This record gives sequence, structure tokens and C-alpha cells, in this order.
Amino acid sequence: MSEDIILDINDLRTSFFVGDNEVKAVDGVTFQVPKGKTLGIVGESGSGKSITALSILRLIEEPGKIKSGSIKYKDEELTEAKNARMRQVRGNEISMIFQEPMTSLNPTFTIGQQLRESFKIHQGLGKKEGTKRAIEMLELVGIPSPEKRVNQYPFELSGGMRQRVMIAMALACKPELLIADEPTTALDVTIQAQILELIKELQEEIGMSVVMITHDLGVVAETCDYVAVMYAGKVVEYADIYTLFENPKHPYTVGLLNSLPRHDKTQDELIPIKGNVPAPDEMPTGCRFAPRCPFASDICNTLPELESVGEGNEVRCWIHTDQWDGDKEVQLNAK
Amino acid sequence: MPSKTLLNVENLEQHFPIKGGFLGRTINHVKAVDGITFQIKEGETVAVVGESGCGKSTTGRAILRLDEPTNGKVEFLGQDVLSMSKDEMRKMRKDMQIIFQDPYASLNPRKTVRQTLWEAMDIQKVVPRKERTQKIIELMETVGLQRHQIDRYPHEFSGGQRQRIGIARALSVNPKLIICDEAVSALDVSIQAQVLNLLKRLQKEFGLTYLFISHDLGVVRHIADRIVVMYLGKIVEIGDTDAIFENPQHPYTKALLSAIPVPDPRNKSQRIFLRGDVPSPIDPPTGCRFHTRCPFATDHCRTADPALEQKGEGYEGHHEVACHYALDIESGKHEAQYEMYNVREILDDESEEAVHSEQDEYTKS
Repeated sequence: MSEDIILDINDLRTSFFVGDNEVKAVDGVTFQVPKGKTLGIVGESGSGKSITALSILRLIEEPGKIKSGSIKYKDEELTEAKNARMRQVRGNEISMIFQEPMTSLNPTFTIGQQLRESFKIHQGLGKKEGTKRAIEMLELVGIPSPEKRVNQYPFELSGGMRQRVMIAMALACKPELLIADEPTTALDVTIQAQILELIKELQEEIGMSVVMITHDLGVVAETCDYVAVMYAGKVVEYADIYTLFENPKHPYTVGLLNSLPRHDKTQDELIPIKGNVPAPDEMPTGCRFAPRCPFASDICNTLPELESVGEGNEVRCWIHTDQWDGDKEVQLNAK
Repeated sequence: MPSKTLLNVENLEQHFPIKGGFLGRTINHVKAVDGITFQIKEGETVAVVGESGCGKSTTGRAILRLDEPTNGKVEFLGQDVLSMSKDEMRKMRKDMQIIFQDPYASLNPRKTVRQTLWEAMDIQKVVPRKERTQKIIELMETVGLQRHQIDRYPHEFSGGQRQRIGIARALSVNPKLIICDEAVSALDVSIQAQVLNLLKRLQKEFGLTYLFISHDLGVVRHIADRIVVMYLGKIVEIGDTDAIFENPQHPYTKALLSAIPVPDPRNKSQRIFLRGDVPSPIDPPTGCRFHTRCPFATDHCRTADPALEQKGEGYEGHHEVACHYALDIESGKHEAQYEMYNVREILDDESEEAVHSEQDEYTKS
């Protein structure tokens, strides 16, 4: 890719160790985030998308551990950075918005106190100066009468406003990279529309890059430039959004698109993906998707690599390789 | 086409009391559902849509009398449901079943699939004891579970499978109407599609009627014949599915539809942003309840409550809307009173208004 890469993740592996068992939540994830662009990570529950996000900021707690791989943020290897350095990075250079605004705000402090904290830590601002900046930030995210709101507690705000406060907090230090983990999943669609538009606008103003984690393909199409589709801890397809929606190459991506009920057009029927995501202890050693894949063949017992297939997609699937031993006429059609 | 009216809901009201003060007196009411009327015909799927707090789930619960409604009429095949005794009601529930959103919470964790289904049949006395195990296996296979799973507990199943148990339980008593309260909302899309297809197949096989409560308009377009759009305890629009999606009349329905992200990167249609949040149902706005957020609202909307009525003749079939200006907005005679496409301007306007109202309060005091 010709553009500047702000975040380059290579073969990241994060596992949780419970007793003698190892649960491989993130199992070899590779993707890049171009500067100023939005990368979507899409996948269903348990695909490892949130753990990937937490790994980037090194927020994985015991019994979890980043086992191997590299997380390069502007040429700096974050997996090897000292804790003190990570504290500088978090909230200042890379910040994060979580799904549930009520649980990620502290209910016992006012909005202003919580916003001031990051100004104090990262920029050494005092109370007066910090409050002024806090009011500015609340104004930026469109909170009505911010002078009054800074002195209020989280419970005094509505869900949409809380999420806007979260965004204000995340953007307080003008980060270069914002990780948004399902930022609108808990909100109603009319509020979601506001929040997504706001993130997009602020992104242009500040010129930051965004990693948008979501299960909603609509949100991806609406906000992202590139997409990584995750399944069972691995990226199965990476492409720009036009390619992904119009010319998907992985059977899982095709399956997702075909099982999505659309509000913008009538469909005769949904084509679901059969079966369920395998439990971690029953994970196949070959292609993780093989047990549910309509095209699976013998070679799928061996794990395929994430490879470029031209046309802008990188795909982890044997169908597009010379070794493919199944049906040669496989039609990967997203309706 | 369906003909006979199966369920008739008239002026249904559900007001929950708020207790407070020293003596625990009722100080006010949450008007969760505030006078709604609609019918469901035999064999059709009617969806109730709206955002959180609009009263859609409360409607479902009130129909089954899981919460006793405050006022109104519910008729099932001509019988008055609300005047039934507890015993009669229990028998009635054989014909009216419900599937809940959360398959984790709605199954008893200490009962196996066999026990759960057995209990349902036992209460309604539907299948002779001797044939029950056979019937349970049949039901499990109908909903896509395997017979060897019959003695497993809910925790041994995945989310999608648990929802299938919930469906099997509802089916076990041969109901006529199934209320699906966000029945597929907790599921991942690939599993959601499996369950939606299952519900559609069962409808054909058993001639079921669904009242489908959902916030997901994609799901609703796929499954419903008719749609009821609710806002703050009232119906704002009701009509055939195509009519609602292709030709929405109410400004709220329009905004709601435009707000859903479209899974097509080339389709960036214009979005209508609404001001502020849904007002509190304790003290809902006077007149049209949507006027506080409606870009088209006038003084008339602030005082007069619009009736739900059929407007225009362009569309054949059923399509009613509760808006004073529906026709004039469509013809372009009545225009929006303020910006509704630019999120930044909307947020700024809101802030300005907040400051003004504060100043007003200050001068008053």
C-alpha cells in the first residue's frame, strides 16, 4: 500500500490461560490501518474483535496474555514498550470508546472531573484551565449548555449524551488513533446516526485514524474505508469496502452478506450459514470455518494463509489457490 | 389472503404507577402504552417497531396480561381477554404464546429440554402422557435440534439453540398466535437468519399468526406483512410492509428509516437527524408526541393530538398515519421549519435552545 500506515498489526496472538487450557481468543491477526482512514473490524460474537482492540492498548488482564506478534504504531513496537510509555500512549495518542457508556463512566465523579483527569495527566493542566478545555470538548460533541453539564453526574444524562461524553473524553487529547469498540450498539438508531456522523466529522477535523469494531455490516458500509472480517480469532478477509461488499472472496463473508435481512430492499429468502461457531476446545486445526462452509474440501483440513488474490482482497481460503482440490466451479455470489 | 380477525386491540392503555414520598403514594404514572388500536388477522405477521421506551414490549405483555393493562379492550377470536378469570386466562394462553428476547433468562436453568416441554404440555393438558416423549422429539426436530439432546440443560446449548428451545416450548401447546418479543435480537446474523427462516417455515406449516416485536427494521421488512410504528406509547403509522418502507408518511418513520445504516457503500442516501432525545413517558408532550423532535412541527402540533387515519389515495390497501401535515409534506406544501440534514447545525440549534430556556427560567424567577 502506498499510503502511510499508522498501525501495523502482524500475526498477533492473544490467549487466555484457564487451568491447563489455553483459549486462543486472537489467533494470528494481521492488518494495517492507513493514516487518516477508518478500518472496520467486523465479526460475530467470540470472533476476537474486542480482544484485538484491547491488545493494541495492552489492556489484556490476567489470565490473558499477548503471546506473540507485533503491534507497530508509527514505527514503535507497542508489545515491547515500557508500562510508563504505554500510559503516555493511552488516551493521549491512541484512545478508545467502549460499548456501554454507563459502565465506562465513573458514576461517582462529575463529567467535568472525569474530563479534567486526562488533561491533568497528559498535559498537566490545572483545575481552572482543565474545566475550560472540558467545556470546549463538550461543545465540540454537541452537548447542550456544556457549562451546566460539566458539573453533572453520568446518571443525569441520557444514553446518547453519555456516549457523546465518552467521545469527548476519548478525543480530549486529540489522539492520532481512535479505537471505537461497538460505539453505537447500545443506542437507538436515530441516536446512532448522530453519533456515527459526529465521529466522522471529528475525524476529519482532527485528522485522526479510526479502528471501528462492530458486528453491523451497515455501520461498516457507512463509516469505513477498509474492512477486516474476523472469524474464530483470525482475519479471513481484508479489503476496501467497495471490494468487500461487491466482490467478497471468502465463503464466510459471502455467508454473512447473504444472511443479513435488509431494510433497503425486498429479499425472497435469507441464506443462513449452517451450524454454530465451534467451541474453543473443539476448534478445527485447519480452516476454522470449514465445518460450516458449503464448499469445504479435503485440503481445508490444513490451515490456509491470508493471501492477496488480486482485485484488492486478501483472503484466507484455499478456493483461490492452485492447491484447491474441491469444486473448481465454486460460485461465490453475494446476492 | 388472511381474512378472519384473530386479535383485536382497542384503546389499550398501560400506565405504571410511580410510588414516592413518605407514605409511598402513587405520585405519577409512566404512560408506557397510551391508547393504541390495531387488529391482527389470522395467518399474518404484524410487526411492532419503535425505539426503546416506545411501548412495543409493554404492548405484547399487556395483550397476554403478563402485566395487567390499565384500560382498553383485547379480543381474541371475539372473546374478551381482559375480563377472563385467572383459570380461563391460563386456558387462553394455550392459544397465545410468547417467545422472549433473552434465551438465557427465559429458560429454567434446572430443567432439561424434556422437562421444559413436558411442563408446558402438562399445564395445558395437550398431549396424552404416553405420547409426550414422542411429541417432544418431533418438536425438537421441527425446530432443528437433535433427539439426543433431549436430556440436556440450557447451559449446554448455544444462544441460537436456546432460542430454538424457546420456540419449541411455544409450539408445544399448538398455539394460534405467537408473540415474538425481540426474539432474534440477541443472535448473531448468521444464526439470526437460521431462526428467521425457521419462524417463516413454521408459520406455513402450522398456520401460525405472529405479533413480531422488534427494533430491527431489516428483520421486520423480511418477516412482516404489516407494520405498526410506535413512538412514546402511541401508534404514529400503520400499514402494509411495502407501504411503510417505500412510502413512509410520518416524519418519525421517515427519520427512523433514514437513520439505519445501509449495508451498501455506494448507497449513501440523505439522512434525517432528529433533535434531542425521546421525552419522558411520565409527562409526555401535549398534542402530537413527536412535536418536540419533528422538523415539521407547528403550533398546531403542540396542542392538537393528530388522529390515526388513512391519508391520500395513491396507495391501495391499508396505510394510516397520525400526522396533521402528512399530505402537505408529501405535496411540498408544508416545509421543514429548521435544518434536518446537517448534524452539526442540529446540535448547535439544540444548545442554543437550551441556553434560551435557561435564560427564560432565570428571568421568571
